[in-house]
Amino acid sequence: MVLEVVDVTKEFTGVRALDRVSFELEPGEVHALVGENGAGKSTLIKVLTGVHRPTSGTVLHRGEAVEFARPADAQRAGISTIYQEVNLVPLMSVADNLFLGREPRRRGLVDRKRAHADAAELLAGYGIRADVRRPLGTLGVGAQQMVALARAVAADAHVVIMDEPTSSLEPREVETLFSVVERLHERGIAIVYVSHRLDELYRICDRVTVLRDGRRVHTGPLADLSRLELVSMMLGRSVGDLREHGATAFGEDHQAGREPVLEARGLSSGQRLRDVSLSIRPGEVVGLAGLLGSGRSETARAIVGALPLDSGTVLVGGVEVGSGVPGAMRAGVTMLAEDRKAEGIIPNLSVRENIVLAALPRLSRFGVVSRARQDRIVNTFIERLRIKVSGPEQKVAELSGGNQQKVLLARWLCTRPKVLLLDEPTRGIDVGAKAEVQALVDELAREGLAVLLISSELEELLDGADRLLVLKDGAVVDELAGDRLTRDDVLAAIAADES
Amino acid sequence: MTALALDRRRAARWLQEYGVYVAVAALLLFNVAFTANFLSVGNFRTQLVQAAPVCIVALGMALVIGTEGVDLSVGAVMALSAALVPLYLGYGPLPAVAIALAAGLLAGAFNGVLVAHLGIQPIVATLALLVGGRGLALVIADGQLVQVHDPTFLWLGTGDVLGVPVSVLAAGVFAAVVALLVSRTTFGRQVVAIGGNRAASTLAGLPVKRTLVGVYAICAVLAAVAGVLSTARLSASDPADVGLLMELSAITAVVVGGTPLTGGRVRVLGTVTGALLMQLVAATLIKHDLPYSSAQMAQAAIIVGAVYVARERSSR
Repeated sequence: MVLEVVDVTKEFTGVRALDRVSFELEPGEVHALVGENGAGKSTLIKVLTGVHRPTSGTVLHRGEAVEFARPADAQRAGISTIYQEVNLVPLMSVADNLFLGREPRRRGLVDRKRAHADAAELLAGYGIRADVRRPLGTLGVGAQQMVALARAVAADAHVVIMDEPTSSLEPREVETLFSVVERLHERGIAIVYVSHRLDELYRICDRVTVLRDGRRVHTGPLADLSRLELVSMMLGRSVGDLREHGATAFGEDHQAGREPVLEARGLSSGQRLRDVSLSIRPGEVVGLAGLLGSGRSETARAIVGALPLDSGTVLVGGVEVGSGVPGAMRAGVTMLAEDRKAEGIIPNLSVRENIVLAALPRLSRFGVVSRARQDRIVNTFIERLRIKVSGPEQKVAELSGGNQQKVLLARWLCTRPKVLLLDEPTRGIDVGAKAEVQALVDELAREGLAVLLISSELEELLDGADRLLVLKDGAVVDELAGDRLTRDDVLAAIAADES
Repeated sequence: MTALALDRRRAARWLQEYGVYVAVAALLLFNVAFTANFLSVGNFRTQLVQAAPVCIVALGMALVIGTEGVDLSVGAVMALSAALVPLYLGYGPLPAVAIALAAGLLAGAFNGVLVAHLGIQPIVATLALLVGGRGLALVIADGQLVQVHDPTFLWLGTGDVLGVPVSVLAAGVFAAVVALLVSRTTFGRQVVAIGGNRAASTLAGLPVKRTLVGVYAICAVLAAVAGVLSTARLSASDPADVGLLMELSAITAVVVGGTPLTGGRVRVLGTVTGALLMQLVAATLIKHDLPYSSAQMAQAAIIVGAVYVARERSSR
């Protein structure tokens, strides 16, 4: 074993991100590390690279127990990491970046000539042809990543960790990356490869470790595992998370309207979204299934006008919506964003102000806000959504995750939307609040709201949605409804090898 | 240990919240006790008149800082408006003032567009006008100090309304207007929301760009007002000198008044009090025959203290 993790547990203030996880990396292998959101992949990588220190358990490097206090320690030991975003200096030349901190010297001064020659030779070794004098920032993202890779390996790394290296690459650049991985492989360098693209994993990886909910569920040769088995291991959930009252009762009691209220046609945005079309009728809950990075959030963001599109239109009630988020909101489309902290709450404002934020213009006359109208609407929602607060003036930052989520739901509901896009509405909230939010989604749909539901939890989707669209690599690959709305069908659609 | 840390945090929070009022009260008490002739109408008048321009500029600055920005061009905008006044005074005082304020509006819109639409960092965007604005003012005025004689215009600098100097009255009115703007209007609430979490505000459909342009425009118009009032008080337009280092005084007043530089909060009364505090510190030291340089050092100490207190709070 070149690198080994034994029984590592990592806790963050009450949350257990890794639960006695073991992981073994053999010399010269390409080892895939997979898992959905919150599975513990990033935490494991951060333990390996010295960003986090394990709460318990040991990390063994070439058979010896090590404690990396800082990322620099791991790097010195020969463990290099290539992140999704290239972290080099864009304004410096390619050569300077390659040799940053260990420039070839001559009589105490940097020997530029040699640096340039060495850099060109190094890159050529990986089949990359680029002018090493050019600032790194002028190269494409793919080429930049290759430089980062070359730098890592030149620094005598024998372990390279690649965190979703292809997420921002063009297909051609992916090919170059793979050929570089191939060469590293030949030189006996071990690689930890994190990606959600099954095609890539099966092409270049020897073994796979699957994490789920902070635990290791499987390690073994990738060739022994079918795509279906792999996906079901990634997505499987414990039964305890299931909602008690089973499938939601749409259809018989609450017929969805006939005409779709929302229609999205041919949404495309670079590699992230490729010709996605969908429609939702009033009273219908449409789910988006797919692995992380398959374009679920991007679809929602595109519909609400928060993602620049190359092409595609969004219609509400047959009328094209205006540009940007304000345009979508005027048409009655709102989105509950995935990242509550970064894109949801405004921490230093009160619960009241957070709720009325989007509806302010409607609650004011000639630009002067009416406190009475605000209080009425805020109290209604606090009661209806059972938001636990000491009062409407409490700071929203002081609330629990579940209550913050309810505040955000209230924010969107008080704009009286026709279409509600929910991106991971129950992520990171406790079980009780989760059930309440799920019940609320049900209720809203029954009242005629059109809902788009995104979730990494398959059960939540199967239970909550009337119809499921399966996304893969930014495109819709299947639509499931009725009898085909089952766990096996979803897994099969995600695992299908279309190439 | 933790209880102690909690106490310290609470103390820091309290200081940021009310420190500026306590400091002003303490300085007033000190002066009443130890400064000769402090308790006179004339003295209060002088102090307020001197604090008024900083106060007016700081109100606009507080809005900008509330959006997590900063406006370095306020002093240059004051110079610009001062330079324009004598050029158009021939058409009467009203058109002259209107043109000076319009120039402010234009300058502010320029800053706002750079920040909101082109995504340039506020400190860099407004730096352009800090340098260029005063240069333009000097070109307009031909580098000269121009005497102003129009009696109606000079009334702005020397006149009273019910015994209150015009500039002080203006500062009071603007403070009230900005306070209402922040607390009671959609615009004001959007300013605070954008400063608190810009990504969330964008997704909530707030007119982020329009609001930012508006904020920089208001800030510059208030700076133009201060430029006009300063010109009237001096009875001369002096674009080389008017509003020099005003950006620093205004930022100081805002920060000392408890508005965090990280945005998301605007404290209007605190800002006004902050402007008064800095004026009182300077006046107190001068009245006790200490040189102006020592007043500057005292002000520096207060700034460091205010920023330190704010830091304690944010590292929660």
